Amino acid sequence: MADDTPLLEVSNLRVAFPTRTGMAEAVRGVSFTLGREKLGIVGESGSGKSMTGRSILRLVPPPGRVTADRLAFNGEDLLAASPRRMRDIRGRRIAMVMQDPKYSLNPVMTVGRQIAEAYRVHSKAGAAEAKRRALEMLAAVRIRDPERVYDRYPHEVSGGMGQRIMIAMMLIPDPDLLIADEPTSALDVTVQMQVLAILDDLCSQRGMGMIFVSHDLNLVASFCDRILIMYAGRVVESCRASELHAARHPYTRGLLASLPRIDEPPGDLPVLSRDPAWLEG
Amino acid sequence: MTMIDIRNLRVRFGQGTDTVTAVDGITLSVREGESFGLVGESGSGKSTVLRAVSGLNDEWTGRIAVAGTEQGPKRHKGFYKLCQMVFQDPYGSLHPRHTVDRILAEPIAIHGLGDADARIDRVLRDVGLGSAFRFRYPHQLSGGQRQRVAIARALVLEPRILLLDEPTSALDVSVQAEILNLLRRLRAEHGLTMVLVTHNLAVVANLCDRLAVMNRGRLVEEMTVEELRRGAAREPYTLQLLRASLGYDRATAESFRDYA
Repeated sequence: MADDTPLLEVSNLRVAFPTRTGMAEAVRGVSFTLGREKLGIVGESGSGKSMTGRSILRLVPPPGRVTADRLAFNGEDLLAASPRRMRDIRGRRIAMVMQDPKYSLNPVMTVGRQIAEAYRVHSKAGAAEAKRRALEMLAAVRIRDPERVYDRYPHEVSGGMGQRIMIAMMLIPDPDLLIADEPTSALDVTVQMQVLAILDDLCSQRGMGMIFVSHDLNLVASFCDRILIMYAGRVVESCRASELHAARHPYTRGLLASLPRIDEPPGDLPVLSRDPAWLEG
Repeated sequence: MTMIDIRNLRVRFGQGTDTVTAVDGITLSVREGESFGLVGESGSGKSTVLRAVSGLNDEWTGRIAVAGTEQGPKRHKGFYKLCQMVFQDPYGSLHPRHTVDRILAEPIAIHGLGDADARIDRVLRDVGLGSAFRFRYPHQLSGGQRQRVAIARALVLEPRILLLDEPTSALDVSVQAEILNLLRRLRAEHGLTMVLVTHNLAVVANLCDRLAVMNRGRLVEEMTVEELRRGAAREPYTLQLLRASLGYDRATAESFRDYA
């Protein structure tokens, strides 16, 4: 891979679903490139942010249709990749963390075995080696007593620990890109901060790229390097995270204004009035 | 006048060695017309306090008085005319096969109030929906519109107290702003007493006068929203919660610890 090849290139990405009244487009021409950085994708429900994340891994369920002028990972065309090749990429090269660990972990398998399995699927390691790596990984996501947690079932761990276990499982094959879809939305604020710190460290230590999908503007602005703001399937604005407060698009400005703030006196919040022109903006 | 008075409230779940003390001796009071925030992380017992006050949970000890009347585990019909509740998930709290009209007519029928037609019309206007929504089903409404219907259902009995359990946390931020504005207006117009349970300090700062912070079933600290705005918390747990609410910071995340 040449040094100037971006980790991920997305150009004119579209995701469409057939409905009784014709094709409904959930994602309508999204383009961006990603290096080894933390990119935030922000939007409200239905903005297409999750579909954008899923389509990169070709996880959009049928009859949904994904098209793009270019969808390339390390220069390799993902839309042309065979199902076999995609299985190799998923998990091994591009990993994904979803919102709720309760539904992402296998309930009848100990968490340690699940993490070890994730490692063995993508390497030729034996059982003992996989267990050793799994325990290391549990320690890396700051689980205090990895040996004890290894033999626990998912229902025996808290939400914050479950999400750390998910992250351990996703990172054990050492992927180049992590897609995190609302990874901390189900967690308490303090636990959320701790999980983000783990992701932050792992990103900088491993030089991993990350796409962080979230509805939380302030969180994304404080955590990511760069932000895309999506509205109705399109990117309406992109900016450096540190410059979100200076955003120009009326939708972004409206969203920021509608957030209550701890340091402001009580009073009516500005309500977003949606301009039909934004659909094409 | 004190509207809600809670003394040494304890709620336990389970039996024998599996007993969990969800609320461990809480004492607090809410004045008439006040908007009071109950804040904490999951498992802190904040919703359990609200459910004990509303009569949804009858396994408690201590003393609960509402509008000067001592309450037992079972409530009379008159209590629900006085005190109503709005829940977090507007997708789960409305009957999927009842129209908005039928949802709103039920409390009127239960309490034998009569004049259902005019009451429904009035309350729908009150929550900003209008009578055009009257014969729609919940699946024909957006999340924000459903939460307005849930608020209308609570208000149709003209209660004096509104208990709100995370009323905006399932909504997008732009819709959250609309619901917060609506609740502020309704409180002013009807002189409502509100108790708002939430994990979001910014929502409390926007809507409440006073708040209590809970952790692991205990009351950590009571403060005014003015003090919250200044960051003038006394307890380390509250300060940590405040810092965590201000966005991600690597160094701050490192400093977090567990408070028992």
